[in-house]
Amino acid sequence: MGDSGFEARVEQALADAGLRRNFASAMGGFAARRLAVFPDAAALERLREQGAAARRRALARLPELLEELERALVGNGIHVHWAETAAVGNRIVLEILEAHGVRRVVKGKSMVSEEMHLNAFLARHGIDAVETDLGEFIIQLAGETPSHIIVPAVHKNRAQIARLFHEKIPGTPYTEEVAELNAVARRTLRRMFREAGAGLSGVNFAVAATGTLCLVENEGNGRMCTGVPPLHIAVMGIEKVIERLEDLPPLLRLLTGSATGQRVTTYVNLISGPRRAGDPDGPREVHVVLLDNGRSAVYADPELRATLQCIRCGCCLNHCPVYTRIGGHAYGTTYPGPIGKVLTPQLAGLERAGGLPFASTLCGACEEVCPVKIPLTRLLRRLREETVRAGAAGGAGAGALERLAWRGYGLSAQHPRLYRLLFACGRWLGGLMPPVAALERWGRAHAEPRFARLSLRRLFRKRGIPDA
Amino acid sequence: MADPSPKPARVQLFATCLVEAFFPETALAAVELIEREGVEVVFPAGQTCCGQPAYNAGHRNEARAAARRQLSALAGDLPVVVPSASCAGMMKHHYPRLFSDPAEREAAERLAHRVVEFGEFLVRGLGVRLRDAGPPLRVAWHSSCHALREMGVVLFAKALLAGLARVDVVPLARETECCGFGGIFAVKHPALSAAMAEDKLADLAATGAERLIAGDCGCLLHLQGAIEARGLPLRVQHLAEFLRERVHGG
Repeated sequence: MGDSGFEARVEQALADAGLRRNFASAMGGFAARRLAVFPDAAALERLREQGAAARRRALARLPELLEELERALVGNGIHVHWAETAAVGNRIVLEILEAHGVRRVVKGKSMVSEEMHLNAFLARHGIDAVETDLGEFIIQLAGETPSHIIVPAVHKNRAQIARLFHEKIPGTPYTEEVAELNAVARRTLRRMFREAGAGLSGVNFAVAATGTLCLVENEGNGRMCTGVPPLHIAVMGIEKVIERLEDLPPLLRLLTGSATGQRVTTYVNLISGPRRAGDPDGPREVHVVLLDNGRSAVYADPELRATLQCIRCGCCLNHCPVYTRIGGHAYGTTYPGPIGKVLTPQLAGLERAGGLPFASTLCGACEEVCPVKIPLTRLLRRLREETVRAGAAGGAGAGALERLAWRGYGLSAQHPRLYRLLFACGRWLGGLMPPVAALERWGRAHAEPRFARLSLRRLFRKRGIPDA
Repeated sequence: MADPSPKPARVQLFATCLVEAFFPETALAAVELIEREGVEVVFPAGQTCCGQPAYNAGHRNEARAAARRQLSALAGDLPVVVPSASCAGMMKHHYPRLFSDPAEREAAERLAHRVVEFGEFLVRGLGVRLRDAGPPLRVAWHSSCHALREMGVVLFAKALLAGLARVDVVPLARETECCGFGGIFAVKHPALSAAMAEDKLADLAATGAERLIAGDCGCLLHLQGAIEARGLPLRVQHLAEFLRERVHGG
C-alpha cells in the first residue's frame, strides 16, 4: 500500500460529509460513554496500571506462557495448533473442517480471522463462512471489510442497512425500523446456527494457568457459535495469552469500559473444553489455532514489544482526530487507527505500510486513553525512524530529496551562522518561496507564512538584551 | 512537580525556530513580562532549533545533532524559559533519550531539569500578578497537545488568563483535540491537516470569541495560515503577546 493510495482514500473520505458526520457522532458517543463508566480519574489510572502490568507480565515470558497455555488447553481436552503465518492458519482451519465434512461455518467476531482473510480462503474451498455478529453480518452482506475493530459497520447508517437487507435477503421488505431489521437478522441467523457444522470464534484472553478461553460479546451470537455446532474452532494471536484468572477482572473491566463504555458485556464466555460426559450441550470438539503471523518479530524488539499489549478495545480509534475524520476503510488495513498504524507496518512490512506511522500529528490522544498504556507516540516515532532507515517511505517528497533536506536541516541546526543565514534568506526572499514539494503541499491549505522583517538578535540588541 | 523555587536573578531564553523566523514579537513580549518582575533575561547566541522537526520525522541523527548544539549553547545553570510547550517538551522529555554516551546523557538530563515553559515560569517561577489594563474582551484558549499531555502546563496559562479582570475566557468545544499541525504531518498529509484546522476554526467561530490564545507557535502558524488562506475574520495570538497587550492596556 503506497502513500498515494492512502492519501487518495483520505481525500475521498474527507469529501464525504455524511461519512464524517457518522464517524464524528459515533466516536463522540463512545468517548462520552467511556468517561461516564470511568468517572474517577485516579481510580481509572490505578486500573490502567493494573491492566498494563498484567499485559507486560504476560509478554515478559511469552514463550513459556504459551507452552503453559498449550499444556492446560490439552489437559482440558482442547486441540492446539500453531500457525506461523496466516496461510498456515487458514490451511489448519480448512483441514479441521474438511475432516469433519463441514460445508458451512457460523462465525463470531474475530479480527484475527480478518487478518487471515479466512472467509475468502474458505469460500475458495467451497466452505461458506457466515458472520453472525450483527455488524459483521451487515458488512458481509455488503461485501466490505470492518471499518472499526469493535463496531465494524459503524460507517453505515440505518437507511443504508435497510436497503442492503431489502436487496440481499430474499423476501425482506424495505424498513428502517431497528426492531424489524434486528428480527430479520435474527431469523436469518437462527437457521444458520442450527444448520452449521462448525462454529468459529476469536479469543479476547486465553488464561495460561487454567487453559480457559475468554470471549466477550453483547449479542449472544458468540455463545451460539461456540456452543451450538458440534465443532468449535477458536483463532487467536499468540499475544492474547494472560497468566492467570485473577488478571481477567481488571482486563475485562478495562476492555469493555474502554470499548463501549459498558461495565460488563451482556455475555462473558469462559470456555474450558468440549462437552463432557453428562453435559446436555456444547461442542464435541474444540480446537485453538495460535497465530504468529509476524508477532514473534514484534516480541523480539524490547521497545516495539509494547505493541502486543493491545487488547483490541478500539478506544484509540474513538479518540483519534485522524480516524474520527476518515474512518477505518481509508487506512486500507485490517487494523485501522493509531494501533493499526503501529501494528500494520510491523506485520505487513515497512515496504508496504511504512508510510502509515507518518499519518499522525503525534497528539497523544490515543495513549492518553489506552487502557493498557501502550506508548503509541513513542512507537509511531520509532517506526518513522525505521521507515527512514529502510529508505522505504513512499509518497511525494520522500526519498533522496527529503533525505537531503533533513541533512541540510541537521547542518543548520548545528551551525548557528548557517541557521541565521537561512532565516535571513527567508526575510530577503519574502514571498518568493522556493518551489519545493513540501512548501507546495503546505501551501494547499495555508497562506504563505511571513518571515519576520528583523532578526530576533537585532531586535534584542536594540533593546539591550545580552546574548551570552 | 517540584516545589516552587525562589525567584531567579537571571534566566536564559530559548526562543525556538518558529519564533525566530515568524513570531519575534512573542519573544520580545516574553522577555518584557519576565523583566518587569525584576529578572534579567539573556539570549544565548549559539542557540538554533531544538531538533523536534527531525526527531518527529524519524531523523534521529539530525535531532541528536541539534540537541548537542543546544546543550552547548545553553550551558550553565540558569533556568531556560521556552515560549513553546512543544519545544520545551522536546528538551525536557526527549533530549535524554537521544544520547547513549553517559556524559552526554547526564548533560541532557541537567538541561532537561532547567527547562521551563513560559506560562509555567510566570506562575510558578515568578508568581506574577498581572494588572489587566485592557478593554473588555472575549477570548478562547487552545490547548496544544504538548502543553496538555506532554508538559501538563495548560493550568498555568489558564490561571494567567483567569487573572485578567476584563477578559472573558469562553470554552472551546473539543478543546483537547489537536489542531492538525503536527510538524511534518501538515506537509505529508495536507488534506487531513486542513480538515482538522477547519474544525478547530469552526469551533472558535462558534464561541463568538474575538481571539484564540495559545502557547505554541506551531499551532499558531498552522491556524494563522489556514485563517488567511480562507479569509476568515478570526485571530490567533501567543499567550505572551496577549498578556503584554493586556498589561499595556491594549
